[in-house]
Amino acid sequence: MRSAPAPTVTRRFATGRSELAALAPLAALAAFVLVTGGGAGRPAFANTLEEAINGLASNSGEKISASVKALATLGDPRAIPALDALCDDRLRAGADGRAWIFDSHTHDLKDPVTGAMAPASARPAKEVELDNDIRRDAQPVLAQLQLGSSDKAVRLAAAEELSKAGSDDAALMLHKAYDKEQDKGVHEALALAVARLDIQSKDPATRLAAVQIIHKSGNDAMLGELQRLVSVGADGKPQEPDEKVRGEAKEALEAVMSRRKMVTAVGSVIYGVSLASVLLFAALGLAITFGLLGVINMAHGEMLMLGAYATYAVQTFFQNHLAGAFQYYLVAAVPVAFIVTFAVGVVLERVVIRHLYNRPLETLLATWGISLILIQTVRLIFGAQNVAVANPDWLAGGVELAHGLVLPYNRIGVVIFVVAVSAAVWALLYRTRLGLNVRAITQNRNMAACVGIPTKRLDAWMFGLGSGIAGLGGVALSQLGNVGPELGQSYIIDSFMVVVLGGVGRLAGAIVSALGLGIINKLIEPVAGAVMGKIVVLGFIILFIQRRPQGLFALKGRSEA
Amino acid sequence: MRERLLQFHGRRGWLILAVAAAALIIVVPVLNSLPRSFPLAVPDYLIPLLGKFLCYGMMAIAMDLVWGYTGILSLGHAMFFALGGYGMGMYLMRRMAGEGVYRSNLPDFMVFLDWKTLPWYWHGFQNFWFAVAMLLLVPGVLAAVFGWFAFRSRIKGVYLSIVTQALTFAAMLLFFQNATGFGGNNGLTDFKHLLGRSLQSPSTKLALYIASAVALVLTYALCRFVVTSKLGRVLTAVRDAELKTRFCGYETTHYKVFVWTLSAMLCALAGALYVPQVGIINPSEMQPSNSIELAIWVAVGGRGTLIGPLLGALLLNGAKSYLTAAFPSAWLYVLGGIFVLVTLFLPRGVLGLLTAARKRKTTTPQQATEPERGVSVEPAPSTGKVPVTP
Repeated sequence: MRSAPAPTVTRRFATGRSELAALAPLAALAAFVLVTGGGAGRPAFANTLEEAINGLASNSGEKISASVKALATLGDPRAIPALDALCDDRLRAGADGRAWIFDSHTHDLKDPVTGAMAPASARPAKEVELDNDIRRDAQPVLAQLQLGSSDKAVRLAAAEELSKAGSDDAALMLHKAYDKEQDKGVHEALALAVARLDIQSKDPATRLAAVQIIHKSGNDAMLGELQRLVSVGADGKPQEPDEKVRGEAKEALEAVMSRRKMVTAVGSVIYGVSLASVLLFAALGLAITFGLLGVINMAHGEMLMLGAYATYAVQTFFQNHLAGAFQYYLVAAVPVAFIVTFAVGVVLERVVIRHLYNRPLETLLATWGISLILIQTVRLIFGAQNVAVANPDWLAGGVELAHGLVLPYNRIGVVIFVVAVSAAVWALLYRTRLGLNVRAITQNRNMAACVGIPTKRLDAWMFGLGSGIAGLGGVALSQLGNVGPELGQSYIIDSFMVVVLGGVGRLAGAIVSALGLGIINKLIEPVAGAVMGKIVVLGFIILFIQRRPQGLFALKGRSEA
Repeated sequence: MRERLLQFHGRRGWLILAVAAAALIIVVPVLNSLPRSFPLAVPDYLIPLLGKFLCYGMMAIAMDLVWGYTGILSLGHAMFFALGGYGMGMYLMRRMAGEGVYRSNLPDFMVFLDWKTLPWYWHGFQNFWFAVAMLLLVPGVLAAVFGWFAFRSRIKGVYLSIVTQALTFAAMLLFFQNATGFGGNNGLTDFKHLLGRSLQSPSTKLALYIASAVALVLTYALCRFVVTSKLGRVLTAVRDAELKTRFCGYETTHYKVFVWTLSAMLCALAGALYVPQVGIINPSEMQPSNSIELAIWVAVGGRGTLIGPLLGALLLNGAKSYLTAAFPSAWLYVLGGIFVLVTLFLPRGVLGLLTAARKRKTTTPQQATEPERGVSVEPAPSTGKVPVTP
């Protein structure tokens, strides 16, 4: 198909990145020829493209506009980087009169077409000054060129940009691109972009087609337009003269609204699950320490915080010493966070909590004091400000399930992580000798001690384990938001609720109630607001405890653990 | 009658009480009225600070009633304190109608939110006595309802602590919202006058201080009356062996709800006296950490004595005022350290330390250590031993 003598437009759309790369040496040659003063035999297209691009770096606004127009008529996708740089203020006019792209990271000047480094003669380069008019002109041109890009995401963004511009030219280009587009996702996006323009059309049939497209897609981006179509104007007449279009618009509006509701609900469930994952991290550890030792650890939230700060420390270390492996800092952060919080937990148990068994209320106060000390220590070391922990590239971004419903990778990652950790904890408790001993202590401490289980040592280990799991939760938390000294405080009450609801010392209880609370919380939020959501959940728990004081999954046994 | 009075306090106890009350209610105001040059003169700026501490002391005594005597560790008492404070704040806001920044009859924050009418629950608060009744009744009813549900289903120990903490947390979130109608984040502030007197004038401040001192002495007397009565014995029994008490035929739920509600109302009263002295009430008063700090005042002073928590409140708040100004970053270490050390080494607080020291002086060492062991402030874990109260 490509080899056929297709019109230039097709060629343009077919030009992929690989071809672009193949052209690079040629373009570099062209650039060289141009810089050295030229000579005969240089290809005519390079001439105009180079000229137009260099014109972008002119100091006269008119010349820039003219060059933008020239690029639009040329329609060569190789002009995309230059135009993009122009719109982002990254284009520089070199001392040699050529246009160069400035890289703000490395401070290099690069050739707009080939990406080659600029010769010394290009410096000093000065910024291209442009007013908003030129920017407004350049953006649709850029979008138009990008429509021909081989990158799906670039084409999508371009379609969005063009449909906003709303000019007749843009409509024409969109229609063309729409007819040609092969990719399903982009095709749909283009359809919407076309519909957005067509809905303003004077021809009722075009408008009807546009409304039908919107109806089919269920996209809520054009809700306003649909509402305008069905509404009644100030003069008492409907905004939309054509009956058929009006009826279709009404149906489309309903379809869009119901879809939007569904998207919100699904989104709430997804966010609920990810909130539940974090709660579960905190609650797993609490369920172990509370169930085994009968101890309320108010400093448990601070273990989340320590885990998150450990992640931050590892990230900083990688930035400074192992920049090459930065993408994998998270892998290193997991064991570091676990070991740090495990150690803190064991020390706490040995130094303080051990002396307070059988005095649960006082343990609560003592551990609160410890949490204050930990918070203040972290504040002194890392500062009182929140620190940012970056997502590695493989956790940034997300899958778009439907329009307006993105499932971010970091949340998926957190859910997978919590499932893995829960499975590991389950295996430890129910499939190992150690776990058997721990369960024995939970059921009857004295009896367990009698048959030779080292209860004291296991207490310390399990306290460390509970803290370590919370530390892993901190790693997860650092991927979802900012990290601050008071991070743990906001989760501690919720995670206690999870433990109370799930039943003390019950793994399954913790999992079910964390999921339930997380999802209920997020489902109520859009209806009643975040605060009312919390209050409703709290009231629900208080009422629930009335019915089942032992929680969802009561431990069957005679001990009062 | 005479017998009951002596049961209330021994002769020496009455004397100390009278001297302390006189010192708080009469001597401090007299010292305040002395000219500045006099060496013992109490400067004006100290009066609201002292008044504030006395309110904290009231709260600590009320807390001790439920924790020290009945064994219920509430981590939500700051909510009742703040509710009382909000009641007083609403009265103060209503009385300054028309004098706010916007010269409106509505409180400033409502004008700011573009509200046109007063929410229904603000009506009547321009009347002082109505406001006082409400600021006691609302926390009281809330405490009674919550207590009824919680105690009836036998929520106790750490469970109750957690649920009360969640309760105050939820209340804080609720009050942080503008739509709740209590000024959101900023709360109620910028008060002008109380009962027709300017809150800025030294004489009003002194009057508020005296009112706090009188309220504190009355609170002490009431709580002392409760704990020395037969009711008080039952409360102690609930603390030490709830199941046994129940099996003896006492409906422990009723006793707990009663003492819980009483304590909440005393806290509300303390809050109401606190607000005009500090000039602001906002939702951060309800944050869980405040309630936990309250518990540590009681623990430091000594649970199960009414004087101890009062001393603890004065001591820790004095230290806080000094340290947060002098060494801001050290305060949390000190507070955290106190939490840990007091629970580890001073289960009976400073007062317990003093009594032990006094006993050691009067008796031989062997005898002194003997009763120590049996005394357990915490409910003994169903071992069957009945702890001896001092």
